[in-house]
Amino acid sequence: MVKQCAVAKRTIKDGKEVVICDETRSRLLPVLQGIQRAKGYISDKDMQETADRFGIHPVEVYSVVTFYAFLTSGPKARHTIRISNCMSNIMAGSRKIEREFEKALKIKKGGAGKDKKIVLKETGCIGMCDNAPAALIDGELVGNITLRDVKEIVRKLQKGSLTRRGYA
Amino acid sequence: MPEKRKGAVIFSEIMPYAGLKKALELGRSGVLSRIRDSGLRGRGGAGFPAGIKLNLVAAARSEKKYVVCNADEGEPGTFKDRVMLLEYPRLIFEGMAIAAFASGADTGFLYLRGEYKSFTGFLEGVLEGMRKENILGKAIMGRAGFDFDIEIKLGSGAYVCGEETALIESLEGNRGEPRNRPPFPVNTGYNGSPTVLNNVETFSNFAHIAYNGADWFKGFGTAKSTGTKLLSISGDCKRPGVYEVEFGSNISSVLKIAGGEDAKAVSAGASGEIVPRRHFSRMICFEDFSTGGAIIVFSKKRDIFEAVENFLKFFKDESCGQCTPCREGIPVLLEGLSMIRKGQCCQEYLNDLLSLSETMQIASKCGLGQSCPKPFISALQYFKREYRLSKTAKKEKEFYG
Repeated sequence: MVKQCAVAKRTIKDGKEVVICDETRSRLLPVLQGIQRAKGYISDKDMQETADRFGIHPVEVYSVVTFYAFLTSGPKARHTIRISNCMSNIMAGSRKIEREFEKALKIKKGGAGKDKKIVLKETGCIGMCDNAPAALIDGELVGNITLRDVKEIVRKLQKGSLTRRGYA
Repeated sequence: MPEKRKGAVIFSEIMPYAGLKKALELGRSGVLSRIRDSGLRGRGGAGFPAGIKLNLVAAARSEKKYVVCNADEGEPGTFKDRVMLLEYPRLIFEGMAIAAFASGADTGFLYLRGEYKSFTGFLEGVLEGMRKENILGKAIMGRAGFDFDIEIKLGSGAYVCGEETALIESLEGNRGEPRNRPPFPVNTGYNGSPTVLNNVETFSNFAHIAYNGADWFKGFGTAKSTGTKLLSISGDCKRPGVYEVEFGSNISSVLKIAGGEDAKAVSAGASGEIVPRRHFSRMICFEDFSTGGAIIVFSKKRDIFEAVENFLKFFKDESCGQCTPCREGIPVLLEGLSMIRKGQCCQEYLNDLLSLSETMQIASKCGLGQSCPKPFISALQYFKREYRLSKTAKKEKEFYG
């Protein structure tokens, strides 16, 4: 019997359609990343549905979602600002930038504002130490942030987005 | 794009795909022996000979073999892979194709860290261009039976996935928790098949070695660390950036390049040693001052123990929590460090902390736990003047209740 799953590949072999189910598990992360990109978070319902598609227990999906920092299970705001807190960034003054963001957004680090638009987080090194202080804003690397840039970034995000649409 | 970079090996001039062309002329055994004889060691940090890895996969009997490029650089202070991916992507992919030809693999993955997601469009474009030029795809460069293609897989923000077995777990759609080794990925890698898994920088050397030969490559570096190293220099220096230096260069010469001569100390990243000025004559190579690529420069005004605390906090967040020495050890070290900084730690407890660090280095399952006490130990060893131990009251008993 061939196990049915939505992400399986279908090929024609000896004139018959055969469903290949192998490698499907390796598609789990891309599928979850897709949901994250589309909705901004992965809800319990999404996890259940994903589990059904892959024929695995939902708790396995949950364990994967909670392991990775860029997959989030709670409802979140439309835009995410992740400020790098690695040593090079701190030496370049990322704490000041962080406070400036908190002031401009009127929120505390880790939280989103009332309008659920922008969430401010900190993250480990994002590989921009030579352009510190740096942040990951909706998946885009932004370096050499000055105090003046902060307002500009916030304004752009509140209006629409930094470069394109939101959801990292 | 910045001005053209200069360097001895990776940044040296080479015609596009000359390495792959030469590899096809040499044949499989020729490439395998060139890379083995070059003494090239894995640039991710552990320094395992890349030639041995490649030869083991080539010798393995399996219908399916894989080539995986580890572009999940997460080590604080490292950004060399970012520069390579954006400026020399063809060199990396060519290196992967050479590895595929030598080992007999037909599928490749580039495991790109989630932070670099914005590069995907650009890299996909490069891959598409290479497919059109017949560097990837079926019958590469007209060689019948040599099929190879590369797919980009994205990580999702987990530092530990830079560890090779955790990376494979992540590729397979699981939590990125390191496996027990052995078996190694060369036997049981992605989907249980033999897998060549190397760092971006390691693959970048393949084309140069295949084209120029092992002896040319051995002409750079030291006896045990051949070739060059890409260093990501950041912190208190005038010209932060990526530089290619020969193995065996000393720290002060590197600082001169980056304009950080008046540094008080340098750190080899969060999982490397912190070295004071009086040791700046130490050589950058696997046998002396080993670094995964990061050089963080600290000037006189910096507090070394603040840096150590930052590194340990990072590891506390990033530890996968699978094995006890790492999961439980890091919080204890952090607590101990804050006591040291407040001057509340006595000699006995300090000894306990150092012995715990040693246990972590021996008993942790993967490189994260094994190397995370390094900055802690080296800071305590080299910067004795910057902390004071408590001589009064605080005896062992109080800490254990």
